[in-house]
Amino acid sequence: MIKFKLNGRDVSVDVPEDTPLLWALRDDLDQTGTKFGCGVGQCGACTVLVGGRATRSCITPISSIEGADVTTIEGLHPEGKHPVQEAWKDIQVPQCGYCQSGQIMQAVSLLKDYPDPTDEQIDGVMGGSLCRCMTYVRIRKAIKKAAAAMQKEEASHG
Amino acid sequence: MPPARWYVFHGIGGRVIKRLLAGVAAAGVLGGLGFLYYAWYPPIAPIERPNPASFSAEQIERGRIVAAEGYCAECHTRTDNGGGPELAGDYKMDTPFGAIYSSNITPDVEMGIGAWSEEAFRRAMHLGVSRKGAHLIPAFPYDHFTKMTDQDISDLYAYIMTRPAVHMSRRPNELPFPLSLRILQAGWKLLYLRPGVYKPDPRHDALWNRGAYLAEGNAHCGACHTPRDLMGAEKKGSAYEGAVVDNWIAPALNEHNPTPTTWTEDELYQYLRFGVAPLHGPAGGPMSPVPHRFLSTVPEEDVHAIAHYFADVDHAAEREKNDKAALARAMEESKTDLIGPNVDPDAKLYQGACAACHYNAAPTPVLGRPDLALNNALWLDEPTNLYQVMLRGLTAEEGQSGVAMPSFYNALSDKDMARIAAYLRRTRTTLPPWTNLEKKAAEVRKTVQPVPVNSSH
Repeated sequence: MIKFKLNGRDVSVDVPEDTPLLWALRDDLDQTGTKFGCGVGQCGACTVLVGGRATRSCITPISSIEGADVTTIEGLHPEGKHPVQEAWKDIQVPQCGYCQSGQIMQAVSLLKDYPDPTDEQIDGVMGGSLCRCMTYVRIRKAIKKAAAAMQKEEASHG
Repeated sequence: MPPARWYVFHGIGGRVIKRLLAGVAAAGVLGGLGFLYYAWYPPIAPIERPNPASFSAEQIERGRIVAAEGYCAECHTRTDNGGGPELAGDYKMDTPFGAIYSSNITPDVEMGIGAWSEEAFRRAMHLGVSRKGAHLIPAFPYDHFTKMTDQDISDLYAYIMTRPAVHMSRRPNELPFPLSLRILQAGWKLLYLRPGVYKPDPRHDALWNRGAYLAEGNAHCGACHTPRDLMGAEKKGSAYEGAVVDNWIAPALNEHNPTPTTWTEDELYQYLRFGVAPLHGPAGGPMSPVPHRFLSTVPEEDVHAIAHYFADVDHAAEREKNDKAALARAMEESKTDLIGPNVDPDAKLYQGACAACHYNAAPTPVLGRPDLALNNALWLDEPTNLYQVMLRGLTAEEGQSGVAMPSFYNALSDKDMARIAAYLRRTRTTLPPWTNLEKKAAEVRKTVQPVPVNSSH
């Protein structure tokens, strides 16, 4: 039995220790917002946050996140209104949408490290998240919009 | 005619040679007797298991700290076959001489050390001799524990004797004859053991001496970080030069440590206390429990002392003047091939698998983005540690607490790993290329058992 925190609540799953986190999320915990892309950590579609850091769930064994804090796209905001999700909707980033939960989770983690990211920083961090519809230009735009919104929010709380 | 070999002893010359030979023989016999005298220790009478109530809470707590600073539970708790009860032994150690299994050191009278008096316990720590008088194998690092004060050993005794007794035996050692003869261990001791409690060095202050006392004694850092000779003893002239342990490289802790920025006292402290150093990265492999299981639970002054001592061992004060330039260079290299069009296939592989988490922007790495241009793994003589981490990943318990690195065991072939290793060495260090990378990837892969993650595709 592996115990960890998923989107703020304690969960436990009874699966073999080498089960990829992605399978446990989708098949055992019904969190299907996280997608299976390449299965070899090369595309970013399965990205979730572990301890606040973007992590490829398709190759992360469930045993290695025992006791950790996992956030999926479902847990970013109760109504799906995280500033990054808002910016994504405003700019209408997704086309087919398959990679987008991974893109959003990676972007959230990017903005934690680089709250006002330059194009270089966006390329450096987002370069491992592939989009076959080529929505990259809108992703970049949405990240900047979300960054501005988050900084404004920060200032008003400040 | 007498046999030829006696013939030459005739005459005056012969008499001299005979006398010499007799002398040598006598010396041999005396030496042998002397060795037996040296090698022989009497048994110490067994005792009833001490009543846990006979130790004060303060002494047990001091003993807990001593046990944590010596990592007793690390080598005295089974990790294979599903793990075992703490301190009950049967931990498998693969040595060049064969597998050996650690002893049960819980206070079980029959299987553990419950019948050991404090005197017997102290003799084992200081001289490597069991209660019954047998020589202990130096995998038990009594060459370090001999430096511990009687007070520390007494406190440790109180802690051990108040743990739950576990009635569990260990597997027999797999040492071949004649290494299995305990008497031979006495010969090893004659050559290598210098018994005696640590003597403070008056040229240094109390903090340094505290750090040296811990590092050289109880914490036995040299047991992994000093290379060993053919007899399995730490090479005296090569203290902290680094060594291979459990299929990982325990890096040099002296001025030959190759990382571009220095292991300063603060970096060492962060690493030893929290398992991650901002400018060096996380503790992985056999080092990970040292901070997480042990040094995070002891008084922070002791961790500061060890850090202070090693910052002197690695000459940080003289070397850290270059750190600023090294950091700037690393930050520049961190973005290599990640900005703009990327046409190098090896760089693409790196970008897909690694860069999202390892890229950093100037001026300094983000904690949680271990920068590979600064990391030991890229600067060691072999890619061993880089491969180990790629194959195993890091659990949320290891390295930086609460975050995990995936296992690329099924995601990257030996060839892929070799390409990434060669690429990183070429673009993120100033060192010559590694050789035979694919073969080495296969070799390290063999040591990763069980396979950490099921294949996702």
